[in-house]
Amino acid sequence: MNRAPGSQAEGRAGWWFVAPALTLIGVFYGIPVLAAFLLSFTDFDLYAIGNLDTVRFTGLGNYAALLHNPVFWTALRNTLYFALVGGPLSVLVSLSAALLVNARLARAKGVFRTIYFTPVVTTLVAVAVVWRYLYHPSYGLLNYGLGQLGIGRIDWLGDPRWSMPAIIVMAVWKNFGYNMLIFVAGLQNVPAELHEAAALDGASAWQRFRHVTVPALAPTFLLVGVLTTIGNFQLFSEPYVMTQGGPLRSTTTMVLLLYEEGFRWWRMGVAAAISVVLFLIVLAGTALQIRLQRRAAS
Amino acid sequence: MSRGLKSLLLHVALVAGAVLALIPMGWMVSASFMAPGEANTFPPRILPAHPTLVHYQTLFGRLDLGRYALNSLIVAVAGTASCLLVTSLAGYAFAKLRFPGRDGTFRLLLGALVIPAQVSMLPLFLLMRELGLVNTYLGAIIPAMAPIFGIFMVRQFAGSIPDDLLDAARLDGASEWRIYRSIVLPVIAPVLVTLAIFTLLATWNDFMWPLIVLSDEAKWTLPVALASLSGEHAQDTELMMAGSVVTTLPVLAVFLVLQRFYIQGIMAGSVKG
Repeated sequence: MNRAPGSQAEGRAGWWFVAPALTLIGVFYGIPVLAAFLLSFTDFDLYAIGNLDTVRFTGLGNYAALLHNPVFWTALRNTLYFALVGGPLSVLVSLSAALLVNARLARAKGVFRTIYFTPVVTTLVAVAVVWRYLYHPSYGLLNYGLGQLGIGRIDWLGDPRWSMPAIIVMAVWKNFGYNMLIFVAGLQNVPAELHEAAALDGASAWQRFRHVTVPALAPTFLLVGVLTTIGNFQLFSEPYVMTQGGPLRSTTTMVLLLYEEGFRWWRMGVAAAISVVLFLIVLAGTALQIRLQRRAAS
Repeated sequence: MSRGLKSLLLHVALVAGAVLALIPMGWMVSASFMAPGEANTFPPRILPAHPTLVHYQTLFGRLDLGRYALNSLIVAVAGTASCLLVTSLAGYAFAKLRFPGRDGTFRLLLGALVIPAQVSMLPLFLLMRELGLVNTYLGAIIPAMAPIFGIFMVRQFAGSIPDDLLDAARLDGASEWRIYRSIVLPVIAPVLVTLAIFTLLATWNDFMWPLIVLSDEAKWTLPVALASLSGEHAQDTELMMAGSVVTTLPVLAVFLVLQRFYIQGIMAGSVKG
């Protein structure tokens, strides 16, 4: 595909064509990201918004303060809880759904695929409002359904032990369709001959799944894993709408804390430090998954 | 296990999954037509006894939801239109035009994808303040105007345009802009349709940035207004369900009509990516 270098006119046009995108991304994304790092080393607060002269450089002061702030540790723990429990659960549900809608015997595959995907396109705030009522301890459909199965009443959003599981269930319902589609695309790329050859060798359905499908899906697992991790660390709207971070801070996530510190109390230096920590965790999580996948592949 | 039994179990599982996927939205629609208080009964009602439109009348009358819907529409349509222009130019150039620094620049953009958007939000808000863009539609739209994944999608698709086609047009004396307008755009139209649906839904559903940048009630989008209403009217279950229907029905309709493009777009992107 390597062609001779283009004319000067083509080179100029290339830069002109990417200029609007690069300008927008640079000014409204690149510079703010760099500024976030600088901001995290200052005591930027409400007074600084009125008068920039009051801003002082405080070194690692905000980070030190975070380490001594129990709410930060709670938020970090809650975020990890959501990512490490909700993430794998969501991937598992997505993969199961993909296997179902992609099964050879399944009819009306397109219809089921669309139905399963529908929650993904709904407005998060709207469905969070709906789920708040589904989780109502006395009148909610969920407790009614569980009651029919003989399970006692659970105060889903009012009990600190159940609030995060409740948010995880709602998030899995909302998001599984997206990864399901990616898995379906991956499954359709598994060569049918591989399955046929394994079946001829007498492999059971489980063996075929374990030794043909799963290895072939490895790149898909990486894509889904990275996307899900990055998304999960950004949990914000669900707790904002459903629990306001409660009860007892049990659903306060890092982004929710960032929002409260930055935009409710205008402690922007502190909030920026939280965003930098968030960035480092996402980066480490992504790098870890890529390394795990490489090791599994080799 | 016989083939018939297998097929039966498979379809039972498929239908059960579909029911679980649809129950929350089904109940939302049903409860929005219930009389006040009817949704808070035990055992829960599935269908309204006497369907009523009173909550929709309250929403569009006293609570002025139409204004928020209009704000949402403006933000979503303007955001999508500008995103299509910006990403189609950049995605095509990154795929097909030879210019120095192209591949390095593109790799840099891809690397930026791992940075959570929230990292940029605090300084971005301060920048918007300096530029006087807080509480403006433009302020709400700007972060959606040049999505990196959109550039990536267009680049993937534009890669299939034959170089000979472009070179022939150049020999005929067509300008690069002319080539983009009359050769490239028609070819990449399918991916632009997909991207348009993506962006339309994403900007309509977006919550955190509009919540930050639109503090003036008159400029609120539907999700921001709904979140605020759900705090004030937490007890009015049926009213909140009607508000949720109004907020999410437009995107559901767009999706159901155009789902072919949307679903294919995700599947194609994931395989190539």
